[in-house]
Amino acid sequence: MADVTTTEINHSEHAPHVHITPMWIYLTVFFALAVGTVLTVAASRFDLGMWNTPIALVIATIKAVLVILFFMHVIHSPRLTWVVVIASFLWLGVLFVLMFADYLTRAWNIY
Amino acid sequence: MSSLTLHDVRFVEPEATRNYITQDYGALSWLFTKDHKRIAILYLISITALFILGGFFAVVMRIELLTPEGDLLTSDTYNKFFTLHGIIMIFFFLIPSIPAVLGNFLLPLMLGAKDLAFPKINLLSWYLYIIAAVMGLYIIITGGVDTGWTFYTPFSTQFSNTHVFGVTFAAFIVGFSSILTGLNFLVTIHRMRAPGLTWFRLPLFVWAMYATSIVQLLATPVLAITLVMLMFERVVHVGIFDPALGGDPLLFQHMFWFYSHPAVYIMILPAMGVASEVVAAFTRKKIFGYQFVAYSSLAIAFLGFLVWAHHMFVAGISVYSAMIFSFLSYFVAVPSAIKVFNWTATLYRASVSLMTPMLYILGFIGLFTIGGVTGLFLAAIGLDVHVTDTYFVVAHFHYVMVGGAVMAYMAGLHYWWPKITGRMYPEWWARLAALLVFAGFNLTFFPQFVLGYLGMPRRYHAYAPEFQVLNVMSTAGASVLAVGYALPLCYLLWSLWYGRPAGPNPWGAVGLEWTTASPPPMENFHETPVVTWDAYDYPAMMKAMGETQNV
Ligand code: HEM
Ligand SMILES: [Cu+2]
Repeated sequence: MADVTTTEINHSEHAPHVHITPMWIYLTVFFALAVGTVLTVAASRFDLGMWNTPIALVIATIKAVLVILFFMHVIHSPRLTWVVVIASFLWLGVLFVLMFADYLTRAWNIY
Repeated sequence: MSSLTLHDVRFVEPEATRNYITQDYGALSWLFTKDHKRIAILYLISITALFILGGFFAVVMRIELLTPEGDLLTSDTYNKFFTLHGIIMIFFFLIPSIPAVLGNFLLPLMLGAKDLAFPKINLLSWYLYIIAAVMGLYIIITGGVDTGWTFYTPFSTQFSNTHVFGVTFAAFIVGFSSILTGLNFLVTIHRMRAPGLTWFRLPLFVWAMYATSIVQLLATPVLAITLVMLMFERVVHVGIFDPALGGDPLLFQHMFWFYSHPAVYIMILPAMGVASEVVAAFTRKKIFGYQFVAYSSLAIAFLGFLVWAHHMFVAGISVYSAMIFSFLSYFVAVPSAIKVFNWTATLYRASVSLMTPMLYILGFIGLFTIGGVTGLFLAAIGLDVHVTDTYFVVAHFHYVMVGGAVMAYMAGLHYWWPKITGRMYPEWWARLAALLVFAGFNLTFFPQFVLGYLGMPRRYHAYAPEFQVLNVMSTAGASVLAVGYALPLCYLLWSLWYGRPAGPNPWGAVGLEWTTASPPPMENFHETPVVTWDAYDYPAMMKAMGETQNV
C-alpha cells in the first residue's frame, strides 16, 4: 500500500526537483537590495514634488520582485506557483483599482 | 498487503474494528492528535460552545426588544451585546463551521486520502482558534467591546473606551486559523486525490471547499492588515484612518469590506456544497449541470471580490464608484442563481426522500433565495439609501447566514452524523426540530423586513411604539428557533449512546466517504481507493441494484 508521500509524488505534475541556487546569485541579489535601500534613503533627501511617492514605490517594487524571484525561489518554481503568485498580485490590483475608483472620482460631483 | 499469512490476519483482525474514536484514549490523545477527524471533533465541540454563547446574547437582545422602552439593558450594554453576538457568530461560529468541522472530517475521505496535506498545521489552526476564543472570553468577562462586528473607525480608534485592541487582536488570530485551514485544503485537493479522481469527478462539496479556500487565502490577510493598522492607530496614533492625522476613515471601510464581503462567501459557499451533496443523495440523481455548479463556485469566489463597496453607499464614497459597485453587485447573484436553478432542476420530477437533511436543504434553498434577492434590493442604490442601517439589512443577512448557511450546516451535520459517530440520530425528533427551525426562523426574521422598510433602525435598544407588534412576533419566533436548536443538541448527544448503529452507508449514497466504515478507521481506507466513476453516479448504482434484485 502506498503511503502518503509516494501517492503525492505520483500525483504531482512535476516531480519535485531540487534546484540549488549558487551562492553568487544570493550575494548579488543581496547587494542589489542593499543598493535599493541606499537609493530609497537618498531619494528621500530630495524633494521631487509629485514624484516622491512613485519613485519610492518603484524602488520598493523592484526589491520585492527580487526577493520573490530569488530568495523565495519562485524563478525556479513550477507553473502552478507562478499562477498563485501572479493571481495574488492581480487580487491586490483589484483592491487598488476599485478603491481608487472611489478616491479619484469622489470630488467630481462636488466641483 | 497481499503477502499476509493467516497468522498475520489473526493479529490484524481486532485492529480492523478500531476506528478513529477508539484508537487511543485519554485527553492528551485528542489534544495532540494530528488526525483530521479528531480535529474536526475538537472544532465541533468548540464552535458549538461559542454558538451557544452567541445565541445567549441574541436571546437577551430579543427579550429587550419585546418592549419599546430600553428597560432590560442600558444602551451601553446593548451595544456590547450586539457586538459580541456578531463577532462570535461570524468569526467564531459561521466562518469555521462547515469548513473546519465537516470539511476537515470529509475532505480526505471524499478524496480517498489518509489525512490532509499538513496534519500539524491543521492542529495549529485549532489551537489558534482556541487562543483567540479564550482571549475573547476574557474580554467578555472584563467588560466587552461595543464597536459592532465591523469595528468602524473613527469610533473604534478614537472614541470607544472598551476592549477594542484585545478583540481586534483576537479576530486577527482567528483569521490565521482560517487562513491555515484554507491553505491546507487547497494543497490537499491539488495533491492528495486518489488515483482516477479527476477534477470533474470530484464531489461538488470539494469544489465548494476549493473555492472557499481561495477566498480564505486571498481575503483574510487583508483583514489581518486592516486590524493591525487599526490597532496601531488606536495605540500609537499613527495617522491612517484619522483625518486629523492625515488619514481617511473610509479607507478602513474599504479594506474591511474587501475582506468581509468575500467572507460572506466563505460562509455560504460551503453551505452550497452541502446542498449539492444532500440534493443528490436524497433524489438519487446526478446534480443537474454538474460543471456549471462547479464553475459557479469559482465564479462566486472571484466576483465576490468586486462588490465590497455596496456596504458603503451612504458612507460618503464617490457616487460614480457607487454606481460601479452597484452594477457589479448584480453580477455576483448570477452564479448563485445558477446553483439554485440547477438544484431545482435536479429536484424536478425526482422522488425526493424527505429525511431530515433534505428538509434542511429545502429550507436552505428557499431561504437563501429570499436572502439573495433582498441582497439585490440592497444593491440598488436608491433603495439602499432608504433601508440601509435598518432592520431590512438585518433581515437580509440573517436570511443568507442563518436561513442559508446555518440550515445547510445542520443538514450536513445530520447527513454525515452517522459517518462521524457511527450512530443514527432519531429521525422523528430531527424532523420536528427541522420544522421548528424553519418556522421559528421565518417568524423571527420576516417581520424584520417589514420593520426595516417602515424605518426601524438597527442597533438601538429602544424603538418607536408603533413597531412593537412586529417586534413581539420576532421575539416569539426567536423562542421557537431556540427550541429548534436546543433539540438537536439533546438528541444528537443522546444518539451517541442510544442511536441505532449506522453501518457504513445508511443513506445508500455514493461517494468515497460512504465506502469506508462508520466511524472510519484512523487511516480512513485500508487500501487507497481507485476511482473509475463520476460523482453522483446514482443512475449506474440504481441500475446495478436493479440487476442484483432481478437475479
Ligand atoms: C446575492 C448576493 C448578495 C448581494 C447582492 C448582497 C448585497 C448586500 C448589500 C448591498 C448589503 C449592504 C446593505 C446596507 O448596509 O445598506 C448587504 C449587507 C450584508 N450582507 Fe449581503 N448580499 C448578498 C449575499 C449575501 C450573503 C450570501 C451573505 C452571507 C452569507 C450576506 C451577508 C451580509 C451581511 C452580514 C450584511 C450586513 C453587514 C453589516 O452591515 O453588518 N450577503 N448585502
Ligand atoms: Cu456585501
